[in-house]
Amino acid sequence: MATDVPPPEGGIDTRPAQPPTEKFVEVQASEEFAELRRTHRRFAFPLTVAFIAWYLLYVLLSNYAGGFMGHKLFGNINVALVFGLAQFLTTFLIAWFYSRYAAAKLDPRSEAIKSRMEADA
Amino acid sequence: MSAPYAHLQLAATPTSEHRPLIIALFSVFVVATLVITVWAGRQTKSAADFYAGGRQFTAFQNGLAVSGDYMSAASFLGIAGAIALFGYDGFLYSIGFLVAWLVALLLVAEPLRNSGRYTMGDVLAYRMRQRPVRTAAGTSTIVVSIFYLLAQMAGAGVLVSLLLGITSDAGKVLIVALVGVLMIVYVTIGGMKGTTWVQMVKAVLLIAGTVLITFLILLKFNFNLSDLLGTAAKNSGKGSAFLEPGLKYGKTGTSKLDFISLGIALVLGTAGLPHILIRFYTVPTAKAARKSVNWAIGIIGAFYLMTIVLGFGAAALLKPGDIIASNPAGNTAAPLAALEIGGGSGSNGGAILLAVISAVAFATILAVVAGLTLASSSSFAHDIYANVIRKGKATEQEEVRAARWATVFIGAVAIVLGAFARDLNVAGLVALAFAVAASANLPTILYSLFWKRFTTQGALWSIYGGLTTAVVLVLFSPVVSGNPKTSMFKGVDFHWFPLENPGLISIPVGFLLGLIGSLLSKEEPDAGKYAELEVKSLTGVGAH
Repeated sequence: MATDVPPPEGGIDTRPAQPPTEKFVEVQASEEFAELRRTHRRFAFPLTVAFIAWYLLYVLLSNYAGGFMGHKLFGNINVALVFGLAQFLTTFLIAWFYSRYAAAKLDPRSEAIKSRMEADA
Repeated sequence: MSAPYAHLQLAATPTSEHRPLIIALFSVFVVATLVITVWAGRQTKSAADFYAGGRQFTAFQNGLAVSGDYMSAASFLGIAGAIALFGYDGFLYSIGFLVAWLVALLLVAEPLRNSGRYTMGDVLAYRMRQRPVRTAAGTSTIVVSIFYLLAQMAGAGVLVSLLLGITSDAGKVLIVALVGVLMIVYVTIGGMKGTTWVQMVKAVLLIAGTVLITFLILLKFNFNLSDLLGTAAKNSGKGSAFLEPGLKYGKTGTSKLDFISLGIALVLGTAGLPHILIRFYTVPTAKAARKSVNWAIGIIGAFYLMTIVLGFGAAALLKPGDIIASNPAGNTAAPLAALEIGGGSGSNGGAILLAVISAVAFATILAVVAGLTLASSSSFAHDIYANVIRKGKATEQEEVRAARWATVFIGAVAIVLGAFARDLNVAGLVALAFAVAASANLPTILYSLFWKRFTTQGALWSIYGGLTTAVVLVLFSPVVSGNPKTSMFKGVDFHWFPLENPGLISIPVGFLLGLIGSLLSKEEPDAGKYAELEVKSLTGVGAH
């Protein structure tokens, strides 16, 4: 059953036409698709590594740098609290940044490939 | 084992006089959600309706529902309680739970929406030999969901009976049974559509209730966070250490390692939780899935920010002894803070706020158990029944019927486990669910989507290897035995694994086994299937 096109379930789930496997292989090898894949990976992979490293830095500092984290900045607000709030801030910023990037760079490229493949099928 | 119950009488005191109000609010919620369920059930006809709510929800609606699915009793009551008792260390949970969403946003949500149909198994098995990988995906979905479900049910029994002031064992069993029956009704009748609406209603209630209490606490401190923190630190008896990391996890080298393990499990677990992943099928496109993650990050982030005020507020307003006396894990700190901020025990304001927060907690538990039950019964029906047992020849009606029966079965299992396992360590179970999801599911999801050489053998080694390692390590950890105060089984000690959370070991094992299993595989990866999956996941060609 390796190259059957759609999964064999019956049903009334409306689905657009499924191009044959050869078509997918052809598109996957195309320069246009390679460009889309690069555009996604170039952004998502380094950013994932970066936010996990930033988060782990926070975890490790909490564990092993108590003095630094306990340093009071103003009133009872210490470095640990500000660092924690900074994790919230970076999460919001990365989400916003990715969405902007995806709308500008990924969506037009994937739309173009999708509409051509579905028109051909 | 009797410790949590010895104090129930104490906690019931402020509650019992207002029980009619609490019961009235619970009833309003139950009736309203049942009406929604019946209405949703009338519109549930096809398999896509039952599994994916007809894929007609908007990004905002799904973002709300995702938040409702994710913010469990553990995050609402557990985090507020952990902050109230351990100060800053409780806040660390919030951060891990939130940052985790970036993994889902950047790597998982959109490709999953583009290439899958109803379950996590759709994506895991896409390139692989269907039957073995679907069996593995179904197994890990059900294991993760049952652990998560068990934690919610155990929490529900203790918590709701506490809030209602029910102290007899029979009464508690009755409450667990009630929660189980309601959840079976929501899922069998309403399917994904009904469950989604229940989760949306719950998210709105939870946010509204949290905003109200946060506002009142801040008002009391003239919106001066520094004052609030100072009062909390002083009142806790621990001074400025209360505002610094280390009170809970900083004691020994082992507890510090445990903290790293927990941190990794939290951040990598979310994107492998089946009940969260299937939510992305309820929107029409990958773009809508992305937007719903953004809404969820905004809503969940705002909520976790408020838990800081809630937790430190409880520490500032209440005596630490009272929080522990009411529930040793601090689970009732938020409701007690609501009672106090409304005017204290015996006042009308306090009674109303306590009733509101209790009803919100009840709604939270119900919505989360419904989502978990739906995820496991969907996976049973779609992955195991339709594709393994019936080899893809089941009709849509047969599949949905199997899902409904699976719901009744899983609901019954949850009632039995919940009734007999009320003393289990709730936090340990939730963290275990995250660790198992990160060890067994996430590696296979990522390899499937992004690694060309990944094979069926790699997927099976990774899922079963990650699952087994995580479960075995927990079995022989202090969560299960060896700790006289917090272990599930007290008085015996067969533990040899020092950490409570297995993530530090089991997550790398899951990833490594996927790698080694694929490289040692005699079978060539199916290049055609990988082309289909890769092109679909990035473009949405032929997406349902």
